[in-house]
Amino acid sequence: MKALRLVAIGWVFQLKMLSRSAFDGLLGILWPLFFATTAFFMFRTSHDPRALLYAALGSSVMGIWSSTSVAASSALQRERWYGTLEAIVGTPAHFSLVLIPITLAMSTVGIYSMAATLLWGRFLFGIGVHIVHPLLFAVAVPATVLAIGLLGFLLSVTVVRYRTAWALGNALEYPVWLVCGFLVPLSLFPGWVRPISWALAPTWGVRAIRQAALGGAPQIPVAACIGLAALYGIAGALLVDTVLRSARKSATLSLT
Amino acid sequence: MTSLRIFFVGGLTSYRALFNWLTPWILIPSFLIAPLFQILLFAYIGRTTHLESDRFYVIGNALQYAAVPCLFAMGNTIGGERYQHTLSLVLTTPAGRLPLFIGRSLPVIANGFVVSAFALVTGSALLGVHVPLSAVAPLVLVAAVTAFSCTGLGLCNAALGLRVRETAVTSNIIFGLLLVFCGVNVPLSSLPAWMSTIAEGLPLTHGIAAGRRLAGGADLGSVAGLVGAELLIGCIYLVAGYALLRLMEVEGRRRGTLEIA
Repeated sequence: MKALRLVAIGWVFQLKMLSRSAFDGLLGILWPLFFATTAFFMFRTSHDPRALLYAALGSSVMGIWSSTSVAASSALQRERWYGTLEAIVGTPAHFSLVLIPITLAMSTVGIYSMAATLLWGRFLFGIGVHIVHPLLFAVAVPATVLAIGLLGFLLSVTVVRYRTAWALGNALEYPVWLVCGFLVPLSLFPGWVRPISWALAPTWGVRAIRQAALGGAPQIPVAACIGLAALYGIAGALLVDTVLRSARKSATLSLT
Repeated sequence: MTSLRIFFVGGLTSYRALFNWLTPWILIPSFLIAPLFQILLFAYIGRTTHLESDRFYVIGNALQYAAVPCLFAMGNTIGGERYQHTLSLVLTTPAGRLPLFIGRSLPVIANGFVVSAFALVTGSALLGVHVPLSAVAPLVLVAAVTAFSCTGLGLCNAALGLRVRETAVTSNIIFGLLLVFCGVNVPLSSLPAWMSTIAEGLPLTHGIAAGRRLAGGADLGSVAGLVGAELLIGCIYLVAGYALLRLMEVEGRRRGTLEIA
């Protein structure tokens, strides 16, 4: 119960902070819109309303990943800059319970971008989103946000010793957009790419959202999303202990 | 002589000190990996929509990616100085502003050119795009001119940095606008008329058009007009950026906001 309370309060605080940041808030909304607009122009040439809807739904999830990838990869570095890293590491709560709300808030901010992209598509390109399974859509979106947030958590822990991890997070933005099938069907890629796509929760998230909106069975992608989110969470939590032990042992927590 | 020294030595020192981009941990993901994946992303969207060939996207995105160093680095000439608390010191020196600011743009142009060239070569190799051997030297020229014109726009961005705190935000927004407007992934003929009209006055548009024609087998003479237009646009932005910098500097001094914009 205490753990849930910590995650919930941490998530609210982080969400408030991110919403007031020009970089994470305003740019988080605008940045994916540039790519969505380009994609809309490209898909519009096919004169197929379903293709445009496919692009609109895919583009809308791009924003969730964008708001997570750069911010999550530099999450610990950011705490270092604020001078709060030692304080939050020193709390009696498990460090993963402090870090997860931070990356969850980052992916949650992506919902602004998702809504903005769908509205942009609706009003500027006339892309109407008719949701076939509204209830499942309402489950698919938070499941995707949760999974991307926990992927961000795993990423932030993995790159903790990389001082300029923001650059890596930045570079990871396009590859995930590409291999997770946000705008390109996975069938177009070489066979060796598919296992990578399947291991990434955004692949299942965008599939769940598309199947909930366009019709289909989003239950399996939603379950895959949640399953992968749990795996990322467990792997991250295990890694956190190792990383913190190593940093404390070599006294590099604030220096790395 | 002093001006030349400020131009070359000052520009290079500022580049090394401010951007810290000599570390491969930033350079490789930002300038080598990201442009390749931007090319792949749009080439694959292009394959899905059957809009244009892979060559169209390789040339467009490789040349457009020069905008990243050109915009961010120039924006950082102000934002970075402010962050390091050295902006006031730089602006109180008696150094001529022309060599001071333009000198900082020279390494940036070279950086933008290298990024474009790398993306062109590796993007073409990855997607199996064939560029005629005779087009290589003219393409090098086009990439250099495009990097120059983007740096002109970058200087305007740097001037904005004297009034706007978040230069990273303005740099990203300008990069996004160039992506949408300049015919990078969508032919200008497929954009609304007002967008293609605006594109005519932006850096990249003519350079990308010239690059595509050269890669398609045209000779340099037939794209001289486009290259000239790109160069002219770059010069206009450079002059406008310099004038804006001076204006913002005077305003910043008058309002006492140089350090707190």
